[in-house]
Amino acid sequence: MIYDVTVEGKPHRLELEKSEEGWTCRLDGGEIRVDAVVTRPDVLSLLVDGQSYEIKREQTAADLHLWVGSARFGVELRDPRSLRSRRDGTGDEKGPKKLTAPMPGKVVRVLVAEKSEVETGQGILVVEAMKMQNEIKSPKKGVVQRILAVPGANVNAGDVLAIVE
Amino acid sequence: MFKKILIANRGEIAVRVIRACREMGIRTVAVYSDADRAALHVRKADEAYPIGPAPAAESYLRMDKILEVARRAGAEAIHPGYGFLSENSRFARACADAGVKFIGPTPGAMELMGSKTRARQEMEKAGVPFVSGTSRGLESADEAEQVAERIGYPVMLKAAAGGGGKGMRLVHAKADLRPALEAAQSEAQRSFGDAEVYIEKAIVNPRHIEMQVLADEHGNTLWLGERECSIQRRHQKVLEEAPSAIVDPEMRRRMGEVAVRVARAAQYTNAGTVEFLVDQQKNFYFLEMNTRLQVEHPVTELITGLDLVHLQIRIADGEKMPFAQEDVTIRGHAIECRIYAEDPDNNYFPSPGKITLLLAPSGPGIRRDSGMYEGWTVPLEYDPLLAKLIGYGTDRRQATMRLQRALYEYFVAGIKTNISLFQRILQDPDFQAAKLDTGYLDRLLAGERRSTEDGGRGAEIAAIAAGLFAVLQPAPGVAGNGNATGGAGGANSNWKQKGRSEALR
Repeated sequence: MIYDVTVEGKPHRLELEKSEEGWTCRLDGGEIRVDAVVTRPDVLSLLVDGQSYEIKREQTAADLHLWVGSARFGVELRDPRSLRSRRDGTGDEKGPKKLTAPMPGKVVRVLVAEKSEVETGQGILVVEAMKMQNEIKSPKKGVVQRILAVPGANVNAGDVLAIVE
Repeated sequence: MFKKILIANRGEIAVRVIRACREMGIRTVAVYSDADRAALHVRKADEAYPIGPAPAAESYLRMDKILEVARRAGAEAIHPGYGFLSENSRFARACADAGVKFIGPTPGAMELMGSKTRARQEMEKAGVPFVSGTSRGLESADEAEQVAERIGYPVMLKAAAGGGGKGMRLVHAKADLRPALEAAQSEAQRSFGDAEVYIEKAIVNPRHIEMQVLADEHGNTLWLGERECSIQRRHQKVLEEAPSAIVDPEMRRRMGEVAVRVARAAQYTNAGTVEFLVDQQKNFYFLEMNTRLQVEHPVTELITGLDLVHLQIRIADGEKMPFAQEDVTIRGHAIECRIYAEDPDNNYFPSPGKITLLLAPSGPGIRRDSGMYEGWTVPLEYDPLLAKLIGYGTDRRQATMRLQRALYEYFVAGIKTNISLFQRILQDPDFQAAKLDTGYLDRLLAGERRSTEDGGRGAEIAAIAAGLFAVLQPAPGVAGNGNATGGAGGANSNWKQKGRSEALR
């Protein structure tokens, strides 16, 4: 089996082959012998040259993270035979920026009016969740184009609350 | 002894009290909101009854519904836990009127201490040391400015009915006073239904140290040692320990005696906590008294060998204090981490959601008081405290190392938690040297984050593990789509593809 694996943004080529006493892994050409057991769902025990690793898998709708001990790695896994799609430069600073709710909660207050000028880091509105009030701050300097949030309304994670241009 | 107790709370503290009751052979009654049908406290109790919709105001704060459950279930006493109705004197009174014992102080003592301003006036009479400021609520922004001018900036604005940092603002200069006062008043009104705010001189870089007291209903009042609670974020305690590294036996005795004087002045009964601010010269000032069991009570339990919840119940049942002051001894060191559902990588935003994987630590010197379990969905309506992990050792260093070890074993997936924050704190040289004050955590968080260890091999292992997971245990949601031949990884990458295209929309 051959995979393209990206770990924290760095691409690797991984080949896996089952052998008598475990797995032969070729990672970017280098060969590593591994003994692997899924000890319970989402927990993998790896023995590599006598070194023991416990790897935990956290899969959400958008991301896959693997934890090696207490270190977390963002991972993407592709079968190179399938079509590739690539995320390209979405982090540009120009153009309208959407402010989204980082967690489900309730809009408590809107701190600025539409069309007002805001600085980077200025609070735009306040969302309350789990008894904590959190200021949602502007990601850039600009003008608040639209405020879509209404005080008192419940919002879900990812809902667009305002747009700064 | 009581035969049945109702626990008017949820989460880890409800589970904690249920456990104590079971140990004492007392039956337990849980109450729950619509959001908590599957909560752990409901599963652990002998009986459980619904009390209304998810918002606390319509369930856990509904005295009438809770007392109705107590009556119907035949509970003789109510343990309020912390938060919710625990410091509500009207509830304590309503319990008495309904013939149910409230496990806590009398309504009178709660009223006195519940108003920070009234408490200040009484403690002034009892000769308790405290920080200069007003002992009354502020009438106007003009008055606030005058008082602030007189006692000098920085000043602290505080809600008279406050607690947990709500309705509290630190003000460094006159220009910030008016907006801070408005914000504090509106927050106080929202959180406590009472907009009264008073002003105090702010002590720069104080330590926050509190003294546990315990009083029976026969006039015996004892102190049980201090807890160091200086590690806070947004005035919320994050990590507590006992004893405090700066308190020696002589200072402990003096603080304990002041705390007992405070409790006696309020004719206090049951468990309570007297909070002090301690300045750099180790002068201590009365801050407030918390008329309830504290979140951080386990550290005191571990170093004294006492069970505070057992004692609360026995005292409420009318028993005399089973030991004297000189019998209270302190042994070893305990540190508690408050595990919150919040995201350390995203400004500690709350992170409710479903727990998909939970690996819990155990072993020597580790105590875990938890309200969560794997498969449970953490509701967004309540406090984000999920669990408390407490390490105990012969000394501070051993307790620290045991906690680090236990945190390494602790793993929660599906939601974000602040577990990594505690690794950072416990490895920090200033923490290890016990150089603490209430500004400690903000300084730590403002500093550079140390990169994760693992000697560089972690990424390589993660890459291999990603492939092996795909082969050995395909991600949920991809099994059974008929694409297994030619490598389950093919199915996995389709699934990833879908996730990616959705993320791009």
